[in-house]
Order: sequence, then C-alpha cells, then structure tokens
Amino acid sequence: MTVTASGTLPVEPYDVVVVGAGVVGCAIARRLAHHPGLRVALVEAQDDVGQGTSKANTAILHTGFDAVPGSLEARLVRDGSRELAAYAAESGIPVERVGALLVAWDEEQLATLPRLAEKARRNDCHDTRVLGPADLYAREPHLGPGALGALHVPGESIVCPWTTTLAYAVQAVRGGVDLHLNSPVAHAGHPDGVHRLDTPRGPLHARRLVNAAGLHADTLDRSLGHDDFSVTPRRGQLVVHDKFARALVHHILLPVPTALGKGVLVAPTVYGNVLLGPTAEDLDDKRDTGSTAEGLARLREQCRRILPALLDEEVTAVYAGLRAATEHDDYRIAAHPGHGYVTVGGIRSTGLTASLAIAEHVTGLLAGTGLDLGPRRPLEPVRMPNLGEAFPRPHQRPELVAADPEYGTLVCHCERVSRGEIRDALAGPVPPRSLEGLRRRTRAGAGRCQGFYCGAAVRALFEEGPG
Amino acid sequence: MTSRQVDVLVVGSGPAGLATAARLARTGVRVEVLEREQSPGGVPRHCAHRGFGSLPHALTGPAHARLLAESAERAGAHVRTGVTALDWAGPRALTTVGPRGAETLVARAVVLATGARERPRAARLVPGTRPAGVYTTGELQQAVHLYGQRIGTRAVIVGAEDVSHAAADTVRAAGAEVVALVTELPRAPAAPVRTVTARLRFRTPVLTGTTVTELLGRGRLSGVRVRHRDGRTATLRCDTVVFTGDFVPDHELARRGALTLDPGTRGPAVDGALRTSRPGVFAAGSVLHAVESAATAAGEGAHVATAVRDWLTDGTGPDRTDPTDQTDQTDRRDPADPADRYWPAGVPLVADPPLLRIVPNRVAPADRLPYLLRTAVPLTRPVLHITQDGRPLHRERFPLTTAVPHRPLTLTAHWTHRVDPGGGPVHVTVT
Repeated sequence: MTVTASGTLPVEPYDVVVVGAGVVGCAIARRLAHHPGLRVALVEAQDDVGQGTSKANTAILHTGFDAVPGSLEARLVRDGSRELAAYAAESGIPVERVGALLVAWDEEQLATLPRLAEKARRNDCHDTRVLGPADLYAREPHLGPGALGALHVPGESIVCPWTTTLAYAVQAVRGGVDLHLNSPVAHAGHPDGVHRLDTPRGPLHARRLVNAAGLHADTLDRSLGHDDFSVTPRRGQLVVHDKFARALVHHILLPVPTALGKGVLVAPTVYGNVLLGPTAEDLDDKRDTGSTAEGLARLREQCRRILPALLDEEVTAVYAGLRAATEHDDYRIAAHPGHGYVTVGGIRSTGLTASLAIAEHVTGLLAGTGLDLGPRRPLEPVRMPNLGEAFPRPHQRPELVAADPEYGTLVCHCERVSRGEIRDALAGPVPPRSLEGLRRRTRAGAGRCQGFYCGAAVRALFEEGPG
Repeated sequence: MTSRQVDVLVVGSGPAGLATAARLARTGVRVEVLEREQSPGGVPRHCAHRGFGSLPHALTGPAHARLLAESAERAGAHVRTGVTALDWAGPRALTTVGPRGAETLVARAVVLATGARERPRAARLVPGTRPAGVYTTGELQQAVHLYGQRIGTRAVIVGAEDVSHAAADTVRAAGAEVVALVTELPRAPAAPVRTVTARLRFRTPVLTGTTVTELLGRGRLSGVRVRHRDGRTATLRCDTVVFTGDFVPDHELARRGALTLDPGTRGPAVDGALRTSRPGVFAAGSVLHAVESAATAAGEGAHVATAVRDWLTDGTGPDRTDPTDQTDQTDRRDPADPADRYWPAGVPLVADPPLLRIVPNRVAPADRLPYLLRTAVPLTRPVLHITQDGRPLHRERFPLTTAVPHRPLTLTAHWTHRVDPGGGPVHVTVT
C-alpha cells in the first residue's frame, strides 16, 4: 500500500494517472484497481482525498428524476445511484432513503409538478406522486404555512459523502493504486507520447491520463491543448443545524426549479443534523470557499418560509463549497484516443451519485484508447466505520466495547466519538493529515460545541499519532 | 445491557454536581456522580486563575476542582469519570456508557448538573473562511493549561467580559500576544479594574462598539475583519481568535427528557427547590443560568441536596421507576399520587424586559433561595416590582447598585409567602 504526501514522486511511468482525488477520481482509481496488471497512480493537490467539491455538498444520493432525459448525466446518475446504494450497504456507508418533497409555494410551481413527474418517468423514476396540501402537511407538520402541494420522490436519499470518497480511496490503495497527496499539477505536457505532469514534488509520467481535477479540470485540459469547456466555480454556502432540529424535518425538502433558479433546500443529514442551502453564486476565484454575511442572511430568509422553526435551533457549522459549473448542460466526459487522455469535466453536483457509473464509463473509454486493462479480479470488500445516526455507532455496540474498552471511552461528547474510533482513523490505510481530516473520518469536533469540550483532547490524540 | 439501582444520580461533576453529592453523601444517601471527562471538576479544571473557593482569591480552578472532588469522595459519594449519560431510560433512569460497557442506572432522584458552554464561531454566524486557529475559551484553556499545546502568536479575543480577560490571560500564559479584545457593547462589560488593567498594564486595546464581521485566511487564520458602529472597518492581523462568553446551557439531557425549559435561560425551568418539571428530577449550576460563578453553582448544589433529601424521605413513597419502560420519557404526573401532587409547586416566574432572565423561574410560597437576574441594559439604582395577576407582592430597591449586563443582580426571596399557588404567573419588572 502506497500513500505519499512528501518526497520525490516515482520516476517510472505509470500506465494510468488519475489527477484529482475527489469522489470521482477516487471512484475511477478504485475501478482501475480491479486490474492488477495496471500500474495506477492517483495524484491530488491537497493533503487528503475529497478536499474539494466532494467535501462541501448537500450529501444527497439522487435518483436522477430531474436530469435532462437522454443525457449522459441522466444515464450515469441513474446507474450510479443504484450501484452506490448497493455499495454503501455492503461497505457500511450510511444511507437513509428519506425521500424528497418538491414543495410548491405558488400556482406556477404547482403547475410545474405534473411536468416534473413526467420528466421523472422519462428518467426511469416511476414512483413519484403529487401530494395535496393535506398529505404534505401530514408528512411535514413543521413546514411553513402556504405550501400548495408537492411532488414526492421516494427514492431520494441522504448519504455520507466523506465516507464514500474515503471508502473508494481505501479500496484503491489496498488494490495497489499509489496515492500521491500534496502534488498539485502545475503543468502537463505530452512529449514523446508519454504524459509528463510537473508537480512541486517532481515530474510524474503516465501513458494514459485521466483528468478528474474538478474545478481545475479546464486548466489541465487547456495545458494539454484542448479547449472543450471552462469551469465557473459556483459557490454554495450551507448551514448545518443542531441535531435537536432533526425532528423538524423528515424528507429532503427541495425547491421546485423555476426560471429564477433552483432555490434552497432543507434536508436532514445522515449524522442527524439539518442542512439549509446552498446558495448559488458564480465566482471567478476557484479557491473562494468563504461564507458571507449576505449569503447566510439570504439562506435564513428562505428558511423562514420553508421551515421557520429551524431558525430557533442553534447553528452547528457553516461551510461553503464550489461546484464545477460549465457552460454546458451535461457532463463533459470525452476520450482523446490519440493522446491517451480522458477528460472528466463538468461533474457539478451529481458527481457523488454518479461516481461509480462514471468510473465504469471512463474505464471503457480508457480501453477505447487502446489501453490493455488485462485480467479483472474482484476487490476485497471494505467495511467503513459508521458515522450515521440511523445505524449503531461503536459505543452502542456492546460486543465491540466488551472486546475493546476504547470504544466505550468517549472523547468527543457531542458526536459521541470514542477514543477507539480516533485511534482506528489515525492508523487507517489513508490516514488524516490534519484535524479536519480526522473530523471527516470520525466526526470528532464536528458537533454542537465545536471543540469547547473536546478540541484540545482530540488534538492531543492527533499529535500523538497512531503509535 | 445491565441495570442497577442507586439512590441519587448526579450528572456532571462540576462545582454544582460535586457540592450536591458531598452534601447528600454526608447524610448517608447513596450518590453516584457521572462525569464524562477523564477527571472530575468541570470547567474549573482548566481555569488557571485564582478566585475559587470560599476564601476570596484563595484557590486556582484546578486546585478547587480537586478539593471539591476529594470532599465529595471523602463524604462517600461515588464519582465515576469517563462515563457518559446518554439518554433517559425511564422517568429517573439513564442509559450510560463507559469503558466497561453500557449500563442503565435507575435512581430515586436525578440531579442534572451538566453545565454550560460558549457558543462557537459557527453558532454566532461569523462569516469567512474556516481556518485553523479558531477557539472558544474552554478549548483554549484546555489546550494551554491541560495539554501544553501551542496556540499561535497573535490572538484576537471576541468579547470583553471577565471570561474574555481570563482567555487573554491564557493567551499571554502561552507566550502569545493579545492583539485586542473586541466587544459589540458600547461599554466594556467586565469589572472596570479588569478593563483598566488590560489597557494600562498589558497595553491591550479593548475595542467597544466593534463587531467581528469576517474571518480571513486559508489553512491558518491570517486576520479578522472588524467594523466599528460608526461604520469604520479594519483588519486585525492575527493567527488565533478566541470566541468568549455567550454561554448556553448544556441542556441535551433536559431536552431529551422533554423537561420544561425556561425561555429566558434555555435551561430546565426550576422552582425554589430547584425541582424541574419532572418529579424526582432536579437541576443545579450553570445548566440553569449560563453562567454564574463556581461559588453560585456550588451553593445551588448544597441547596438542591436538601430538596433531594426531602423527596427521598417524605415526598416519594415507593419508587415507581420501571427500567423496562423506555417509551414514556415525558412528565408523568399523576394527580392521585401523593408525591406528584406536590411536584413542582408554584407558578411561573417571569422577568420582563429589559430583564433577560431570572433563576429560579418558578415560585412557590415556601421558596427561600434568592433569585439571580440578568439585565440587557445598564440599570442605575433599579427598583424591582414583583406582581401576580396585577397584585403587587413586593418591591425591592437597590439604592447603591448599578446593574450591568453580564453581571448578576440578586433578589431576595422574602416575599414568596405572598404568592398564590393557584394564581397566574408572577412577573418581575424594573423601574
């Protein structure tokens, strides 16, 4: 198993290098790990997997009911959704099939619902149903007054995006993929038929290149002489509410898309919080993941209509993510066989849902460039530590605590994270390199006190390391 | 899961919980204190400054915490650290987990002494990036005083209360510089001597009328943007920011148990005997009023011990807790039951604006515990008027006092015998 974060990168050319260890890049690397004959590297600019769009999204496992019928995105979301649901169940990734309600607040939105139901049918999503106000308020009694009806989409689910990305990365690394962190690609070229990627840790060579660089996919694409699309970072600010708010909402409450944009959603999370957001702000700066006073005020204003009682609960966290919006309506996934190069661009907000199907699709495209994948073997299944409230956490499993008291010793009280879980994360095959990375893996410090009680203790464990 | 009976369960081993336990254990009651941290003492464990204990300025926080724990244990209380009370398993039963596994503890009385915490940056909706170097006082004090961690070199303190100055002291003890204390209030709310000392001795600016509007920096904090109420803005360069004060009660168990909460304190509503809305469940300390001093919390601990003993001896009758009943977690009052008929006596006690809150916040004729109030605005020589259904019950003058925000104002309980237990809420107004 090879995970590096410093030192010179290997000189020997890889068969395939995947640039970008977000959920999509990790899924592709995991898929390629099925072929033991391939030497594969996954290179990432930052110090951990899932650090870009993959960590700051709405954490929804979509059905694809509202995709553009017939598009590549529609197909990959539909297929990926089913595959990820099965993979999550097998790997211990928390998923809750809570269903979504597209709530209509005016006559125009109400009139849109049958059209949305029809679109859902064309996307192979046949179980949607239009609800009247009585049904709607019976399902969501805390919904603000004035809703006229809703489209119920039972298949929409909530999922843990961090665990998903990490599970892919762990399987990839265990399957022989080299993960090189802290390796931003400053320049890429294709001299002598082999890709050369220049990074601060030295050059890396690849016979085939997969561009899964997310927000930076257009830059990498251009440095290789292509100009298929440009990425506009679309900032989404999100507000995470206290777990006491979880009882206020039972479904993902989606806005009805109108000409004026998508609006904001209110959704439970698998950790038991309630999410409000996102904003949608087109920016120029691909690093501007700050929240703003205006953005937060706007979200809370919208919340007043959707779920007013949510405003009385404490806010646990605020974050902002950048989605990779392009000028196109669909994913930009393209092979350049002559170059041995596959671009995976414009994966917007459905990348998590579609990740496994994208990986399959990209692997097919790589084979189409003449890459001999060699024999295929099954990967050893991975079992991830559960971070979800709907499934037993380690401290709730008597057999685990009896076998190892460290699972009964809670360090982070708000999220009930045991010392055993922190120890395991630090000793994992893709270990955290920051407190933030540890928080994503365990939820330590992610609760309502934000470290008032446990911050120093968690830092001490992190600094001690796995030994 | 194993199940065990105890007389009294105290949740939390801060000054309130330990004082309760010590007092009860001395009278022969079997008391068990649950502490989720690895050592007892609560917040004083990491308050390095002096000023704790019965003698003025006698002890540091850690010394005081040790003394309280020793005193409770010497009295015979069983103080169990590293054990978390997770949820209710009955009206007076709690599920717990610790290194030795899960256990349900069934008690005849439960005292919630779960304390309070500072609201962190996100809860205060301060926008900006999410860099490292963002603390609350609680985390900062533990980092410096318990773990000897490095905290950065230049710190901005958000708040200018006494706790903010304690945070500034901790920053200095860690060898870092305090850039400024920043408060939205027009006047510094701490004791004047603290503000003067900060300004003159430490040359630390105390910026009043100033709001932190944004955190800056990627990876590590690089500064905070501030705005003065006159519209001027500035960036204070720093690598650490400490959000101080703005305490909220740690009321998770109270809420999980569906105890009635007081809207002014957001902690459990209690009468003068510190009884919550559920028979046999009491509360004391900062969970009732986030926050007052450790001495106040300990005083309430001693006071609640008396009420707990009354409940155990003459108020109770047989223990009606059924550990197998996990469904009913609400207030189970039975008018036919002699115990419940007296629980909790009294009527709501409401502090009207500009008063923020009053504790206790229910009142019965026999109540003797003085009341603690907080005000939103400074009050010069205030006069408090106590009324019920328009009927004046009492008037109390404070001729030598200016009540200020962030400091308690104490009201006597000499008037409670005039309360009509069958009447409406009692109001406290100020002129």
